[in-house]
Amino acid sequence: MKVTLRVWRQRGPGAPGRLERYEADDVSPEMSFLEMLDVVNEKLIAAGDLPIAFDHDCREGICGSCSLMIDGVAHGPMQGTATCQLHMRSFADGAEIVVEPWRARAFPVIRDLVVDRSALDRIIQAGGYVSVDTGGAPDGNAIPIAKAAVERAMDAAQCIGCGACVAACPNGSASLFTAAKISHLGLLPQGQPERYRRALRMVAQMDAESFGGCSWFGECQEACPKEISIDTITRMNADFIRGGTVARADGSR
Amino acid sequence: MDLRSRVPAGPIEQKWDKHRFEMKLVNPANKRKYTVIVVGTGLAGGSAAATLSELGYNVKCFCFQDSPRRAHSIAAQGGINAAKNYQNDGDSIYRLFYDTVKGGDYRSREANVYRLAQISVNIIDQCVAQGVPFAREYGGLLANRSFGGAQVSRTFYARGQTGQQLLLGAYQALEKEIQRGGVTMYPRTEMLDLVVVNGQARGIVVRDMVTGEISSHAGDAVVLGTGGYGNVFYLSTNAKGSNATAIWRAHRRGAAFANPCYTQIHPTCIPVSGSYQSKLTLMSESLRNDGRVWVPKQQGDPRPPNQIPEAERDYYLERRYPSFGNLVPRDVASRAAKEQCDGGHGVGPGGYGVYLDFAEAIGRLGEATIRERYGNLFEMYERITDEDPYQVPMRIYPAVHYTMGGLWVDYNLMSTIPGLHVIGEANFSDHGANRLGASALMQGLADGYFVLPYTIGDYLATARPAPVTTSQREFAEAEAATRERTARMLAIGGSRTVDSFHRELGQLLWDKCGMARNAAGLREALARIPELREAFWRDVNVPGSHAELNQALEKAGRVADFLELAELMCRDALHREESCGGHFREEHQTPDGEALRDDEHFAYVAAWEYAGEDREAVLHREPLDFEYVHLAQRSYK
Ligand code: FES
Repeated sequence: MKVTLRVWRQRGPGAPGRLERYEADDVSPEMSFLEMLDVVNEKLIAAGDLPIAFDHDCREGICGSCSLMIDGVAHGPMQGTATCQLHMRSFADGAEIVVEPWRARAFPVIRDLVVDRSALDRIIQAGGYVSVDTGGAPDGNAIPIAKAAVERAMDAAQCIGCGACVAACPNGSASLFTAAKISHLGLLPQGQPERYRRALRMVAQMDAESFGGCSWFGECQEACPKEISIDTITRMNADFIRGGTVARADGSR
Repeated sequence: MDLRSRVPAGPIEQKWDKHRFEMKLVNPANKRKYTVIVVGTGLAGGSAAATLSELGYNVKCFCFQDSPRRAHSIAAQGGINAAKNYQNDGDSIYRLFYDTVKGGDYRSREANVYRLAQISVNIIDQCVAQGVPFAREYGGLLANRSFGGAQVSRTFYARGQTGQQLLLGAYQALEKEIQRGGVTMYPRTEMLDLVVVNGQARGIVVRDMVTGEISSHAGDAVVLGTGGYGNVFYLSTNAKGSNATAIWRAHRRGAAFANPCYTQIHPTCIPVSGSYQSKLTLMSESLRNDGRVWVPKQQGDPRPPNQIPEAERDYYLERRYPSFGNLVPRDVASRAAKEQCDGGHGVGPGGYGVYLDFAEAIGRLGEATIRERYGNLFEMYERITDEDPYQVPMRIYPAVHYTMGGLWVDYNLMSTIPGLHVIGEANFSDHGANRLGASALMQGLADGYFVLPYTIGDYLATARPAPVTTSQREFAEAEAATRERTARMLAIGGSRTVDSFHRELGQLLWDKCGMARNAAGLREALARIPELREAFWRDVNVPGSHAELNQALEKAGRVADFLELAELMCRDALHREESCGGHFREEHQTPDGEALRDDEHFAYVAAWEYAGEDREAVLHREPLDFEYVHLAQRSYK
């Protein structure tokens, strides 16, 4: 099959960018989307042009590196699928496909389709952990945890940190990302001691970065390659509000 | 070359405790005066960086990904072993130790493996405390599954994303320490050389992958947790960025490279679909718990699998290995699949595949149970192949997955360069010639959380490295050499892309130094690799400039190093005139086609010393003694 690509090209962070047109012939429906880009890049290099830069690593939907807006949709048309797991069989022969980087104020473009997502790491730094140092942990079976609770924690813990939720959100909010971590840890007994403090701090950091707020569009859960539910945001909001009360009561914060 | 293993004396059960007592400590107040450089943020590097910072060291941590959370450990699916004996099925530290030495085909160091088994139980406790959501039973206790090479159920898991959850645990610990100020993190920064001053590892040269700036960092010790070198084959289950540059550059600076020919070919991967294939996807070995491997008895049988009656199927693993059946170790399962395909029984395009069939398990346990156990793996398979494994058997074929070889380290995880420590897959230490499933995560975390943080203290307290700054001559020289090499690559302007060289190298290695090797093939590869290397430096086309994000340049540097490492792998494979674990020499097999070791001549670690460009590496031997597990031919029958 053949496809026509219109790809965002931008040489550096401050540089102007524009959509360039490329013809990809000899596309096999069994190729992944990134393999199709590999083939385009090989041709570009052979022709003396610069290849299209894009982030990728595991190519199996788990590292969260890949990050493309495909026809305006984060990670493209397949639900619950990261760009690297999208295959060309999802496109019609002859299709024209627009490929852009994540678009969000908090994710500045570094080059072409590569953006800077370090703001997500800073949200985790603000409290996305259980503060236990190595050593001294009790036996793994010391605290039984209901299977259902672990399963729900795991549903949230699956987040791959790709940032699709931010790219899909009209407000550029990182609420789903932040809420996934708050839910993962808040659903487990190990996460309880810091539960409210964590919510307060992570939300504050999210606000301090250039992310927007959540106004309940729900685009994030549609775009999420791990199909994390916006129920987690309800949980985050509840912990945040309760956190304020707790903090006032015990003078912490 | 000093290959003293520094294994402490005494009974194996007491060695580690005794050693911990005998090691020198760094005064808590002095720890922050020491800077430790950690390269790589996977399970080993991430856990080490976090723990060293918790102890009070000043840590500088580097990764080439845009975030430390993306290191390739994240892709590990199946699980992590620990000798908890929660299932009451007879497991023990000794049994995990025994299984690992035997699984490694008697080519690992007993004392290291014993320590690994001891520490395994602490890892689970630590990860649970961090909030890792391991699978649980209805009663709330931790669940286990079985894995290849073991007859007890000791593998802990978090759905099919165990590596992800463990890595996020380590990553979160790391972020906690970054917040606290103990760790300075340098993402999108690639190590391109090691700096050695007065015989000690004192720093690294790095390239900022966004600006292209080359600079160096100084420290009192350097830790490499940079993973394995499976991507030398081009097609592997490794992430695209996984590379050997850090360990290869360290090797060139004097670190011995041990057992480079020990590579693991994983039996259950999705077969190649076309020439554009960029990587291979693993299907967790845990699938072999419930899936049955078979091929049609009739060669080239054209019928779809569902139309082949039971009597015309060959469940060859169950037939040949009745006691382990589908759960034989990886090397055995991979080789058996290759034999079936070479014998014309392969299925799918090109005949490079065997079936992994869940029909019987679905019938016995119900689809819901299978979905709960493997749901995400089944989805992943369907996404890639467009086939529904609940309806038709999966097609699988072996693929390069892990490298047991790596930089030589002593019991303290220190290489032959004082101060250079190597942890996780990047070292050679614990898996011998074959790694058992669910043991990589265990080793990475054991090294990072529980071994290195002690042993590095002993090094610092004993060696007392003198103050050093990056303005010293050795740093300037290493930086200049890196700049010169980069400029050279960019100036070639030849006719072939980096990938085309990488693919050619990968195919050559897969054919000659892959699942089965022989002297003639290895000699051929040894003749062709230098030619390919010469062609690369003459005819590669690396577009763009140095001072920008340049992915072609990043790849070129890595492939240039693979082109050197590949030769050492073949040389090692040629010299090792025996078959063991993942190293199968066709000349050395039993009458029924099993690996035939030669303990009299080859019960040693082959540690290679770099001798300069275009000079043959020099072989050194560390003899292996087996005091506890007596040498026997592995049998899984
Ligand atoms: S490349 Fe890792 S998730 Fe897509």
